[in-house]
Amino acid sequence: MTKKYKRFADLIRKDCLRMCHIGGSGHIGSMLSSADIVSVLYESILHVDPENPKKIDRDRFILSKGHAGAVVYAALCEKGFFPREWLPTYYGDDGKLMGHISHYVPGVEYSTGSLGHGLGVCCGMALAAREAGEKHRIICLMSDGDCNEGSTWEAIMFAAQQRLDNLTAIVDYNYIQALGFTRDIIDLGDLSSKVKKFGWSTCDIDGHDYLEIENSLSKLPHEKNKPTLIVAHTVKGKGVSFLENTVASHYAHISDEVLAKALKEIGE
Amino acid sequence: MRKIFNKTLLEIARKDARIHLVLADIGYGEIEGFAKEFPDRYYNVGVAEQNMTAVACGLAMEGNICVTYSIANFPTLRCLEQIRNDVCYHNANVKIVIIGGGVSYGPLGVSHHSTEDIAIMRALPNVVVLVPCDLQEAESATHAMMEYEGPVYYRCGYKNERDIHHKPFKFEFGKSITVEDGDDATIIFCGPIGFEAQEAVIAARKKGINVRLISMHTVKPIDREAVITAAKETRKIITVEEHNLSGGLGSAVAEVLVDEGNLDVKVKRMAFPDVYVHEVGSQEWLRSLYNMDASAIEQEIYAICRT
Repeated sequence: MTKKYKRFADLIRKDCLRMCHIGGSGHIGSMLSSADIVSVLYESILHVDPENPKKIDRDRFILSKGHAGAVVYAALCEKGFFPREWLPTYYGDDGKLMGHISHYVPGVEYSTGSLGHGLGVCCGMALAAREAGEKHRIICLMSDGDCNEGSTWEAIMFAAQQRLDNLTAIVDYNYIQALGFTRDIIDLGDLSSKVKKFGWSTCDIDGHDYLEIENSLSKLPHEKNKPTLIVAHTVKGKGVSFLENTVASHYAHISDEVLAKALKEIGE
Repeated sequence: MRKIFNKTLLEIARKDARIHLVLADIGYGEIEGFAKEFPDRYYNVGVAEQNMTAVACGLAMEGNICVTYSIANFPTLRCLEQIRNDVCYHNANVKIVIIGGGVSYGPLGVSHHSTEDIAIMRALPNVVVLVPCDLQEAESATHAMMEYEGPVYYRCGYKNERDIHHKPFKFEFGKSITVEDGDDATIIFCGPIGFEAQEAVIAARKKGINVRLISMHTVKPIDREAVITAAKETRKIITVEEHNLSGGLGSAVAEVLVDEGNLDVKVKRMAFPDVYVHEVGSQEWLRSLYNMDASAIEQEIYAICRT
């Protein structure tokens, strides 16, 4: 069962590396830490249709950590939302794929890029779904940096107040933000306990354990009348040993040599 | 003006179930009608303007029409990035309404003066910027805003606005309204301060100077044709706004004139002179202090007509 997730995550990781290589762009560490979560989401969890990306009953998936947009582009491409030829245009002149995630790309629900925007918008979407009696879920993938933003906490309080149990937030908690380790900048500590005290149903998982990811997402909400937070403990740069758990992976330039080495590690 | 806005919004909301009001804990004595009649379409997010805007955007992305509402700069500057990245970039059907444009809340102080909003909002792509001047215009602007699909910024007054329009008009985005005819000079204004301009125009008329008075209720998209025609026909333009000098109506008018080019026209911009209005006093008193009342405007008419 987990084989398909590994296979898909490997594809995503390799596509991300190739995109960052060709684009000369950063944020590979943030993409790699999310890859396993995104793999499970697109392989098993999200009800989305490449033939009809705007289908009314699709699950709404918002990537609030927009800087890792390539990880979603890679998944969407593998799922057939747009042609493979688009991937190498990432970040380039007249490219199809903007550095930060863009709703101009088929299958992308919403554009982000500045942190702290996703969860509040998800709250609005969750209200709309509830009002209309629609059963689709609203799933927001966030970063630990996202949780530094005051606007995120405004949304956390509001979602609990409104009992938005059709809303699920996943935090890719890789413990590294732009300038260093979270413990040295803004230590979120036991994020799960904090948000639980705000009225959410929360849990902690290993964000690279496919079964744990799948289990945490297969039955939503975790509690009736409460929004769900899944704190996915991850490793920044996961899958490429020399990028793992490094601040530099937020900015790493993927040279020809780095690309070859990284692809070899993942297994071409 | 806030009363006519809320009354009109409620009437429109009765006919359109897509309309939601999303608040950040402001609106006492005004919004209760909507809240009571449409509890399922009313959300008070608490004192959290970023989330107010984000929630409204999320609702609007799903086909609803959302009004965010608060006073002065709270629904604009506090959440400007949500307005830019979320509402305007996604072209979400969100109407951003402020109560108390300019120095309506005079004695409350600088935090409650909305004096840079027109400049900031009109700098954003995809948003219409409305500045109604009296109750009749406010009502018409509310209807037009709610019928329009896309982001709108609505700079509402507060209270005791004087009537400026004395005859019926057709309200259209980007089509200014000529309130008084005249060919000796033109005053282009936006908002309730237009009443001061109107008094000045009436006073000047008694002295034989006929000034055209134009309500530029839509600062964006601006009525280019009216500005250019005024420049050609009257060759003197004074702009009047309760706003900072930088980037507001005066700047918008000047941009039209520069872009058109080859116009023989004198322009005077009347606005706050790039300051925070720290003096304590009512809206009326502050207008007078900053030479933006009827008598100051009248003097500017004579000055521009002399030169």
